[in-house]
Amino acid sequence: MNYGYYPGCSMHSSGREYGESMHVILGKIGVSLDEINDWACCGASSAHYVNHLLSIALPARSLALAEEQGMKQIVAPCAACFARLATAHNSLKIDDKLKRKIADDILEKPNFTNNVQVLNILEFLTELTPKLKEQITKPLNSLKVACYYGCLLLRPLENNSFDDPEIPGSMEELVKLTGAEPINWNMATECCGAGLSLSRTPSVTRLGSSIIEDAANKGADAIIVGCPMCHTNLDLRQKTMSLSRQIPIYYITELLGLAMGASPSELGIPRHYIKATPIAKLEG
Amino acid sequence: MSKSTESLADKLKRLSNYDVALCYQCGKCSAGCPMSAEMPLKTHQIMRLSQKGDIQRLSEDPSIWLCLTCEICTTRCPQKAGPSKIIDALRELALIDNPSAAPKRLGAFHKAFLNQIKSNGRLYEVGLVVEYKLRSGALMDDVFEAPGMLAKGKLSLTPTKIKGIEEIKRIFEKCEEHK
Repeated sequence: MNYGYYPGCSMHSSGREYGESMHVILGKIGVSLDEINDWACCGASSAHYVNHLLSIALPARSLALAEEQGMKQIVAPCAACFARLATAHNSLKIDDKLKRKIADDILEKPNFTNNVQVLNILEFLTELTPKLKEQITKPLNSLKVACYYGCLLLRPLENNSFDDPEIPGSMEELVKLTGAEPINWNMATECCGAGLSLSRTPSVTRLGSSIIEDAANKGADAIIVGCPMCHTNLDLRQKTMSLSRQIPIYYITELLGLAMGASPSELGIPRHYIKATPIAKLEG
Repeated sequence: MSKSTESLADKLKRLSNYDVALCYQCGKCSAGCPMSAEMPLKTHQIMRLSQKGDIQRLSEDPSIWLCLTCEICTTRCPQKAGPSKIIDALRELALIDNPSAAPKRLGAFHKAFLNQIKSNGRLYEVGLVVEYKLRSGALMDDVFEAPGMLAKGKLSLTPTKIKGIEEIKRIFEKCEEHK
């Protein structure tokens, strides 16, 4: 089955290794992605901050393009992009007047029916579990990891019919495929500071410190994420935090890639700020 | 009821589809809010002031601008009063009244971000950072990060303009009008 693909703006820049590692693992299981032709930014936090209609219209355009291009399901690996696309899809599903306004007036795409389903990275990888399992050749035994979901993979509830928003488990199931051990910890669903990374960095430092410190206290060797914003806030910003110890941050796709025998450089891991290779307890 | 005699609660209902009257001040929203420590007005207080129609107090306070839209409050609210949606609506109302209502850095960031989308269709991070710095005066922040990001291949130096950029500009224009 072919999936449509919404990369989002960070996939070729600050979240580059996320895209790289995802393509490596999909290559190993023979799943291909069709990038939506001429997709535009989802609007992220900025659009919904200032104009509700814009925050729906921008992602709706990408949904309309996906529909025109014959896609039934699209995956958006960035949690924020997923949230904006899913919110647009769900808002238009329940409000026909809004749907007509967006389709006929704002987008000028009267044929838009809003039938494309949007998947986040956890839903997507969970669907692919049987194929992923087959390709695990180098289990990451004895690696203890903290699964960090952040906000938008689980909330708002309108976008989540997939995992429990308070005590989720889907990332843990994916981690178990790799042989690594997910630990119990307290900060799995606490916000990293999101879009305040530039405009209010001390907030991000504060929030990130509590997250990483809890993972450290619970014995984590690494924290696993499914969002390029979370990764930036916990990895790039980690050096400004005062912590009992530093902890590497891996994308779930990087972890899976390592367990499938891909090299750290193939997966983009050397691009991290906090040293993430060699993988602790794995090599030597 | 005409728009000019609308209460604050009614305006918020019109924009967000959520009803502040449902809030019974249990405080669960504030208890879970990651920005609570930095907000002079906590989430449940913002809900109470919205019920009372105290737009004055709300507009003089930075708290609504600090909301991360992490959605913990709305997820936990036992009354489905949607605090995060109410806050989004309060921000939208404030900006209709005064386009510079947001605190300087936050406003600068969002303006710079949306300008990038209007020009290119996708975020060109260097463009965003330059415009943000010029608008906010935060010239020296993160300046030391750039070389590292470049070396790690995480900063693209040239913007990509999408083919449908005119569509994007029209979308922006129409959404502006509809305010």
